[in-house]
Amino acid sequence: MHRKFPTYLQYLKWSFVNFLLLIGLLAVFFSPAGLGTSKVFAAPAPKVRVMAIPTFARKYGLPCSACHTAWPELNNFGQVFRDNGYQLMNERDSPIWQNPAYFPITFRITPNWHRESTDNQAIDSTPGGSSSGSTVSGRVTQAGFDLSGMDLWSAGTLYKNISFVLLPSSDPTAVWHFEAAWVRFDNLMGSSWLNLRAGRFELDNMISEKRFLFLSNNGGIYQIYHFNAPGSANNFGYGDNQIGLELAGHSKNSYTRYSVAVLSSNEGGVNFSTDVVPGAPPAGRSYDVNLAFSQAFNGGSLGLERVGAFSYIGQRSTYYQTAQNGAEPLVGLGNKPFYRVGVNGDFFLGKLELLPLYMHGWDNAYLGNGVPANGTLPEGAQAPTFNGGFVEGHYYVSPQLVFLGRYEKVNVGTQANIANPSSYGNVTAYSVGYRWYPIMFSRAGLAWHNEYSISKSIGIVPESGDGTGLPPLSLTNGVWSSSLLFGFDFDF
Amino acid sequence: MTLKSLLVAIVLGSSALFSAGAMSCKAQSHVNSPDPSLGTPSVATESSHVGNLTGHAEAGKQLYRRFCIGCHGPDGNGEGMNAQWIDPKPRDFTIATFKCRSTPTGTLPTDQDLYNAITRGFVNSNMPSWEPLTTQQRTDLVAFVKTWSARWAKEKSGPVLVIPAETPITIESVLHGRQLFQKMECWKCHGPGGHGDGPSAATLTDSKDNPIRPYNFSTGARFKCGDTNQDLYRIFMTGVDGTPMPSFADVIQPGDAWDLVHFLRTLQEMDSKEASLWKAYVAAHAADIKPIGPDAAGGQ
Repeated sequence: MHRKFPTYLQYLKWSFVNFLLLIGLLAVFFSPAGLGTSKVFAAPAPKVRVMAIPTFARKYGLPCSACHTAWPELNNFGQVFRDNGYQLMNERDSPIWQNPAYFPITFRITPNWHRESTDNQAIDSTPGGSSSGSTVSGRVTQAGFDLSGMDLWSAGTLYKNISFVLLPSSDPTAVWHFEAAWVRFDNLMGSSWLNLRAGRFELDNMISEKRFLFLSNNGGIYQIYHFNAPGSANNFGYGDNQIGLELAGHSKNSYTRYSVAVLSSNEGGVNFSTDVVPGAPPAGRSYDVNLAFSQAFNGGSLGLERVGAFSYIGQRSTYYQTAQNGAEPLVGLGNKPFYRVGVNGDFFLGKLELLPLYMHGWDNAYLGNGVPANGTLPEGAQAPTFNGGFVEGHYYVSPQLVFLGRYEKVNVGTQANIANPSSYGNVTAYSVGYRWYPIMFSRAGLAWHNEYSISKSIGIVPESGDGTGLPPLSLTNGVWSSSLLFGFDFDF
Repeated sequence: MTLKSLLVAIVLGSSALFSAGAMSCKAQSHVNSPDPSLGTPSVATESSHVGNLTGHAEAGKQLYRRFCIGCHGPDGNGEGMNAQWIDPKPRDFTIATFKCRSTPTGTLPTDQDLYNAITRGFVNSNMPSWEPLTTQQRTDLVAFVKTWSARWAKEKSGPVLVIPAETPITIESVLHGRQLFQKMECWKCHGPGGHGDGPSAATLTDSKDNPIRPYNFSTGARFKCGDTNQDLYRIFMTGVDGTPMPSFADVIQPGDAWDLVHFLRTLQEMDSKEASLWKAYVAAHAADIKPIGPDAAGGQ
């Protein structure tokens, strides 16, 4: 598996006493599966997440809660605002209406304390290593005060019906990249059904990973959004920002929404490479397509109910045009296809919000086995598939306090090689937490964030890892990886 | 300090912060309840009726806290923390004076009027359209808005204005409307071209002595209280309470009001039948058209 913006890696062994303390504080159910052993791995880079934009609250004088169920997650009013090109459509949207001193910049970062623990890691039997030592399976745990990455977020309108986003984002060590950068021509021909966007942007995910409420290394991603079958050379993640053109539209109240995007087959990479940071392999010359549609219904006193469907059809290179006897890859070649399809929902039952998602994925056999398309598939190779998803719940006690929970499950349906154990690559994850917003006004946001998340991945490096974690010694071993995070999540 | 001790400290510390925050958040964004001694309707029992929906003030109060408090304030008096930056100022619900009504000037609006205002928003103000909220949520908000003033407990909404069928759109109707625009001195506030720049414009204030600008007809297709000819007709006849815009119900006949509507459409920078008729007339009779303003006797 491959993650684009990995974070840290982890795990934990959690004592029963501490577990009870958490239970008492969070008052949420927690699976006993998380009570097992643990291990860790420290982790450097923070995941790129988040989009809550007090710059808009400042511009329009609205509190955070007007656009967010709990920031950064959007409610339908915020969705309409976003769909309209960051406009309220009250003839006050053009920059000419802004105070000249106003500048649409938002910073977001999360000073935090977190603990990461991962078991079944291949470690030296003697710390520091020795000539007589051996590699054993053990646990790695790390904990301490830390910073998240930082978003430097600018967005708004260049003119009436021309909107933009520029989001340079850094990891905690201030290594920067362009997480998002686009311009959008809104309401073409006076119709909300025609909006054209160009640049690097998040796919039109009805359940956004960029605006969700989890921050820890394990919980801060949707496993299914980044999953690829073990052995696959595919680097695609449905939660990763992509680069290309999007035609999108919506009804006046955004109850009906659609998006059609044509994207470079490079996982949002820049400079003709497959990543936004230097050193990535070169990209190919092909294109992917993403389709998304959702429809909301008025649920009366329950609230707004929304269902949606999506599909991503793409290609990835399997070998390269090269120079210097193969040492220097130049252009991706040998494209092989893959797809992801799924359905999702956003259901309100009063103060309770449920977010279910199901996804099915398929990779071509060459791609799924990491074999160049001009080569020969090994015996037993086949096109891998996987199925999975999650159910996430939010309980909004008030606009300033929300309790969170999520269960995730991903199963590999068809292994890339028939010889693989059937459970190889399966993932199960649980996350719980709460966010409390001591302030709720139109200038800035602050959240006291508490979260515990744990995942079990069989035979592979945990998805939440930063890529430096190791797979277990056996393909049938489950790797438990956990995160505990307390932090002050603020933006201004 | 061992890891376990540190964790315990953090967990307990978070609990303490949590408790402290529960109190401070009340100060930050708590919605105050109206003073019962003022005779205001009870939040527990006040309701609204829009179509076949019944709104409940209790539910509306939670929505008010989420969406409205920043501008309209915790006391409903239009003095939210953002109000000082907003122009025009947010509505003061405690005096129960509303601009957009289907009822006579000085009377309370209907629940439907308030619902329409929330749904539509107010063009050229910070009040957006809240159509993204569900119909039930908007109806609940209407119920809660009615708990801020004792008027809602003592008075009933005024009778709904009956709008007669629109007269035919003709050049004669447009020209007569133009005469009325001159004769009734609409231009003094709205300006000869309808740009909101009449000689009196700079002196106008609302009922709370806040400066207020007359409507600029050239800014778009929407009026403050709607976007149809019927909406514009209704504004003449009911007035915009709380502003210098009076009701003309007692001084203008329905046919004249429709003529005025047809003329005002020609002031908008948009395609309309009225504008087409006017442009054609101007092209053919430019020399006959008298300017609107203090030096004009009115007419064409």
